[in-house]
Amino acid sequence: MLKPTDTANPEYFHKVVDCQYACPAHTPVPEYIRLIAAERYTDAYMVNWESNVFPGVLGRTCDRPCEPACRRGRIDEEPVAICRLKRVAADNKSSIADRLPPIPEKKNGKRIACIGAGPASLTVARDLMPLGYDIDIYDNQIAGGGMMRSQIPSFRLPLEVLDEEVNYILDMGVTTFFDVEVESLKAMLEKDYDAIFVGTGAPRGKLLKLPGLDEAGDAVHIGIDWLSNVAFDHTDKIGKRVLVLGGGNTAMDCCRTSKRLGGEDVRVVVRSPFADMKASPWEKEDAMHEGIPIYDNHVPKEFVIEDGKMTGMLFEKVEAQYDDNGKRSLVPTGEDPVFMEADDVLMAIGQENAFPWIERDVGVEFGEWDMPVVDRVTFQSTNEKVFFGGDAAFGPENVITAVAQGHQAAVSIDLLLRGESVTDRPSPLTNLLSQKMGVHEWSYDNAVESDERYVVPLAPLDKALSDRKLEVELGFDQSTGYKEAERCLNCDVQTVFEETRCIECDACVDICPTDCITFTANGEEAGLRSRLTGPANNLAQDLYVSEDLPTGRVMVKDEDVCLHCGLCAERCPTTAWDMQKFLYNVSKAGHAA
Amino acid sequence: MSYQIPSFRHPDLPVNDLGYTRADYEGSISTLCAGCGHDSISGSIVKAVHELSIAPHHIAKLSGIGCSSKAPTYFLGKSHGFNSVHGRMPSVVTGAAMANRDLLYLGVSGDGDTASIGMGQFAHAVRRNLNMVYIVMNNGCYGLTKGQDSATADEGSASKKGDPNPFSAIDLPGMALQLGATFVARSFSGDKEQLVPLIKAAISHHGFALIDVISPCVTFNNNPASTKSYEFVREHSEATGTVDFVPMKEEITTRYHAGSPHEVTMHDGSVIHLNKVDENLDPFDRGSAMMTLQRHRDAGQILTGLIYMDRDSRDLHDVLETSQRPLNTLGESDLCPGNKVLQTINASLR
Repeated sequence: MLKPTDTANPEYFHKVVDCQYACPAHTPVPEYIRLIAAERYTDAYMVNWESNVFPGVLGRTCDRPCEPACRRGRIDEEPVAICRLKRVAADNKSSIADRLPPIPEKKNGKRIACIGAGPASLTVARDLMPLGYDIDIYDNQIAGGGMMRSQIPSFRLPLEVLDEEVNYILDMGVTTFFDVEVESLKAMLEKDYDAIFVGTGAPRGKLLKLPGLDEAGDAVHIGIDWLSNVAFDHTDKIGKRVLVLGGGNTAMDCCRTSKRLGGEDVRVVVRSPFADMKASPWEKEDAMHEGIPIYDNHVPKEFVIEDGKMTGMLFEKVEAQYDDNGKRSLVPTGEDPVFMEADDVLMAIGQENAFPWIERDVGVEFGEWDMPVVDRVTFQSTNEKVFFGGDAAFGPENVITAVAQGHQAAVSIDLLLRGESVTDRPSPLTNLLSQKMGVHEWSYDNAVESDERYVVPLAPLDKALSDRKLEVELGFDQSTGYKEAERCLNCDVQTVFEETRCIECDACVDICPTDCITFTANGEEAGLRSRLTGPANNLAQDLYVSEDLPTGRVMVKDEDVCLHCGLCAERCPTTAWDMQKFLYNVSKAGHAA
Repeated sequence: MSYQIPSFRHPDLPVNDLGYTRADYEGSISTLCAGCGHDSISGSIVKAVHELSIAPHHIAKLSGIGCSSKAPTYFLGKSHGFNSVHGRMPSVVTGAAMANRDLLYLGVSGDGDTASIGMGQFAHAVRRNLNMVYIVMNNGCYGLTKGQDSATADEGSASKKGDPNPFSAIDLPGMALQLGATFVARSFSGDKEQLVPLIKAAISHHGFALIDVISPCVTFNNNPASTKSYEFVREHSEATGTVDFVPMKEEITTRYHAGSPHEVTMHDGSVIHLNKVDENLDPFDRGSAMMTLQRHRDAGQILTGLIYMDRDSRDLHDVLETSQRPLNTLGESDLCPGNKVLQTINASLR
């Protein structure tokens, strides 16, 4: 027998909001999408800024774990363009100067060092500066932003957008030490900081040691270093024939940048099948749109050297085979090796963490793969004063994950410096509010639009390829933004069932367009799922089960494909169903105080 | 207020033999009151017709006037429809059925439309054994005119703002039995498990099939003093047994007691199993059905389920020996068979 669903547990309704649940920072997505539809761009921006700190950056570059999770994708061809709607908020907002948190003149006397000025460190500063902490940020680059500045090309993320959002934080009065290489954690600890946050990313690009590498010399580049050199204007050209090795997003950035710096025959060559590539589907599409072919199932074998100069590379063709457990192996096809000419080769085959500057006797323990031992909840290392976040904590992830971890590390640092236990985490801030405005009126737009996903317009290809700083994506204009926003199903407006009011008239069952609701005898979950009105095969989605009703049955709602259209509540004669907006905000540092 | 149902449906909706999903049998969004039992009956009709794989264009839905008679707008949006004059639906069905015997005729009426203004029409459709399904959405009140007691309101029952009804009620199944109906059932809008198989059986029945469906009026007649409220009906209904409907095409895999007398092969080859039948009822015996119905009424109970069925029913077409083909398929050669045939007819009369 399934127990009645405990909707008082904030995680139940949180999980129903698929996009927000999938977001590492748990940004309240439907909330800001509604604000965009209402043309309240600045409000929409601030909902984002509170949660993910870099709405303008993320509205262009986020890995968007929210979109594959979007409920719309389960009932329609494609999910809501959540990421690009975020950009609509950023592009159309007015000044937010008067909305930024006040920074106390009188400091609380505690000093914190953030090593690395990337998204994780900046998030820590954003959360702790308003609480009165003194923060010093160190970075070996000449400006803040970390990999957002050095590895994301300007044609995807214009510098002005990055600068603006980095400066909101630095302008809170953070003391910056840029162009400074921190070479010793021991020395930092000796500076008597009350806490140190390490957000140094995963700075070391991997290199394939293949025959001919030494002779190839400076025709071979490490992808992330090369992108960084381009970003800081140390590199402004590349050979006509370029091979990019690797199938991740860095490879996509490398090939597209090459195309803008003089590369004519630019190719991406990847070991795995196209479908298995790590790059996001849209980044692959963007590269191919710019005329860059992707050669999959090609394993690099050696650099071909003639007269002391690299002329190209040899590849072995393979095919993917999967064993019974789905484990993949790349098996050579036996065909002749493939030769591809090249003037330059860019290696984008992954990156690693490196902590040569952390002494092994300062209380920070290292574990597997020479990574620091870090608590997954508190982000504290074995030295209670030292915290890690972003790629430095658990290896390469993405910006939004770094932000989420920065928030949690800031909570920990604040707890520690107030003398409280870092494991005593504050609960999320939640609010559940009826949207009823009249007998059949809701304060949210409950009609479900049938529009297909709108396509973001692009700059003309010839213009885009001739200027590495020209942003390729133009973003949605306001009217397209509105239409795309209307595709959102408002999954945060929850269907809340009050069993004591129900007369079991079946009106909700009859009206529900997607057959979510059933009144039936309770039972074990598998059996119950087989007895529901609509097929209920998505086990990742919960069943909402009521207490026993007067007929001895229970109400079961499969959350899977609910449109949140409110028709169950409109057709309910006794208001046993109500549409209630559930706001869920992850607690930030200072909230618990 | 929503004026449209969203266009999205469950992505894994089952399709029937014709390749249609249930959505293909839906109608417009209901404008009846929230919680109206009629909407559940609409839902049951949609489910039954979809599962029987009847093409929407092979169905004609006809109604009179009243909340019940608005309901056909809310189901089978792709079928033929005729919203007729108050109480006159049976006449229109008679004409249509005589002209085209190939369609399924689904008459939808209410307690006012049937038991008051349409009583005469109802009686004659029954006694002629017109091949149709006649569903009464019976809520015991005139919902469209603010809830006055109707002719099916039980004696002593009171609607929301009304006094106890001083008159005795017309019991439509009882009356239909008297008039010679060949298929009589009663059900409850809030019990789809019972109603859907009954609708399927009624569709398969060859002749007039009455289903009196008690369908609470949430707005005017769902109060504690009413005998047609959700709560009262649930507490006082007594089923004759359960009905399983097995379409002809399906191999019968369900196990039944060997030699069960309660198994009927229908005109179209499908099979109805009656389970756990009340031992005092023989559903194939009109007298037993009438006795059982009366006994339950005397005990203050509402008898639901299949009450009576004539396995050898002959419908109006059989009795009148009408054309085997719809009139609209008859061509000139059928209608004017020529001098030779005329001579033969004339000769036979000499």
